[in-house]
Amino acid sequence: MAFVAGTDIVSQLLYAASMLFFVVIMLYGQKIQMYVMIREVENSLRKLKLIKEEGRKTTIETIKEIGKPETDPSPRVDRYLEYFTISPQSMDPAGIVNKLDHILDVRDSRFKDEVKLMAPASDEVQVNNLENTLEAAMALNFIYRVVRHFYIQGKKTLSPYVIMQLQMILPLVMKEAEAYSSALKAFAYGQPIGDGVGALVAAKLIYGSKTRKVPKDCVVATIPFEGRTALVVKARGPGGNVGKPGDAVKELIEENKGKIASVIMVDAGLKLEGEKVGEVAEGIGAAIGGPGVDQYKIEDSLVKYKIPVNAVIVREDIADAVSPMRKEIADSVDSVIERVKSVVLERTKEDDKIIIVGVGNTIGIGQ
Amino acid sequence: MIVLTVLALSIIALIFGAQAYLMQNDTVALYLLAIGFISMGLAVYVLVQSRKRMAKMKIETPKIMTTVECRKCDTKNVREFERGDFVFKELDKCDKCDENKIITAIYKIVKEKEKPFTI
Repeated sequence: MAFVAGTDIVSQLLYAASMLFFVVIMLYGQKIQMYVMIREVENSLRKLKLIKEEGRKTTIETIKEIGKPETDPSPRVDRYLEYFTISPQSMDPAGIVNKLDHILDVRDSRFKDEVKLMAPASDEVQVNNLENTLEAAMALNFIYRVVRHFYIQGKKTLSPYVIMQLQMILPLVMKEAEAYSSALKAFAYGQPIGDGVGALVAAKLIYGSKTRKVPKDCVVATIPFEGRTALVVKARGPGGNVGKPGDAVKELIEENKGKIASVIMVDAGLKLEGEKVGEVAEGIGAAIGGPGVDQYKIEDSLVKYKIPVNAVIVREDIADAVSPMRKEIADSVDSVIERVKSVVLERTKEDDKIIIVGVGNTIGIGQ
Repeated sequence: MIVLTVLALSIIALIFGAQAYLMQNDTVALYLLAIGFISMGLAVYVLVQSRKRMAKMKIETPKIMTTVECRKCDTKNVREFERGDFVFKELDKCDKCDENKIITAIYKIVKEKEKPFTI
C-alpha cells in the first residue's frame, strides 16, 4: 500500500512518520509541554537545593569557626532553619502594630538566645552577624520548601495551572535565592550590604563625633550641619543590626518636646528595571521598610507634632539590597549627603534642630 | 543516556549512509546521511546545553574590596576584604605620618552582564 502514489519506500516512511508526529502533537502536545516545564522546574529546584545546602554548610562552618561550640551545632541549626513566626490576627486591626511589635521582639530575643547557645564564644557583634546569617539560611530553606511543594503538587496532579504559575515566577524566585545566598556569605564575613547605604551615610556624618545609645539598638550623635543642629541616628554597628529607628525617632522627638524642624530619612529604595543602581532620588514620607512597625511609630510621632518628613533614597534592586554593597552604591554616599544638605538648606531655617535617620542594616559599618 | 544512544545511532546511520553511497544507492545514502547529521547535531546541541546548565549551577562569589585611607596625608590603598574589616574601623598607623589609617569603604565590583536598554 502506498501512502503517496508514485514515490519510493523511504518517502512513504517519512510521510507516515510526519503524519504520526502531527497526530502525536495534536493529542499529546500539552502533556509534552507540561513535561518540558516540569523538567525546567526540576532543574531550578536542583539548583535551589544546592544553594540551600551550601548556605547551611557555610552557616555551620561559621558557627564552628567563630562560636567555638563544644558539641556539633548541626542539629540545632537544622531546628533553627524550620522556625516560623505567626503574625497576629488582623480580623480586628485595632492595636495590631503593638501585637506585631511584641511578636517581633520575642522572635528577636529567641533567635539571639539560640545563637548564643550555638556559638558560646561569640561577642555581641558576632552574635548579630550569626543571627543574620541564620536568617538568610532560613530564607533559602523556605524558598526551597515552597518551590518543592508546588513542583510535587504539579507533578502529582499534572495540572498545567500549577506548573505554569511556578514556571512563570521561577526566574524571580531564582534571582531572590541567589541574592540570599550572596547575603548569607556577606553576613558570615560581616561585609556591608546594599541595604546598609542609609547607615553608611549616617556613619559618615557621625564619624568622629560622640555617640550615645538610644532605643533600640540605635546610636545618635549631635553634629553641626549647615548652620543647624542635626541629630543623626543609625543602628549600632558594626554587627548585623537594623535597630528600631521608630523607637529612636520617637524618643528624640519627645526629648526635644517636638521642636524638630524636619526629619530626613535616608534609605535604600527599590529601583525599577532600566534605572541605574546607585541613583539618588528625593521625596516625602517615612522611608523605611520592614514589617511596618517602625514606619507606624515614626509617622505617629510626626503627626503628633506636625513635623515634616523628607526622604532621600538610593536606588537598587532586591538582589543588590541583600548582597555585598556594590561600588556604585558605596560611591553614591557623597551625592546623598549633598542632597540632604540641599533639603536642609531649602526646608529649614538656621539654628533649627533636625533629625537625620540612616535606615538599614548596619552590618560591616561602624560609627 | 538517551542523548548518548541518539549519538551512537547517528554514527551508525552515517556509516550505513556511506556504505549505501559506495554501493551507488544514492537516494538511500542521502536520507541516511541527512538523518545521521541531523540527529548528531541535535545530540551534540543537547550535550552542550547540559554542560552549560551545569556551569550555571555554580554560584559566583564576587571579590570584595576594602579601601583604606589616611585622612591626614590623603593616601588611599585598596586591598581585598579580610574578616574583621568594617567601615570606619581604625587600623594601624600610617607609614608616612602618625595618624591612624581607617577603612572608608567596603564594596564589590560587579561587571554588568546584561545589555543595557536605552529606550
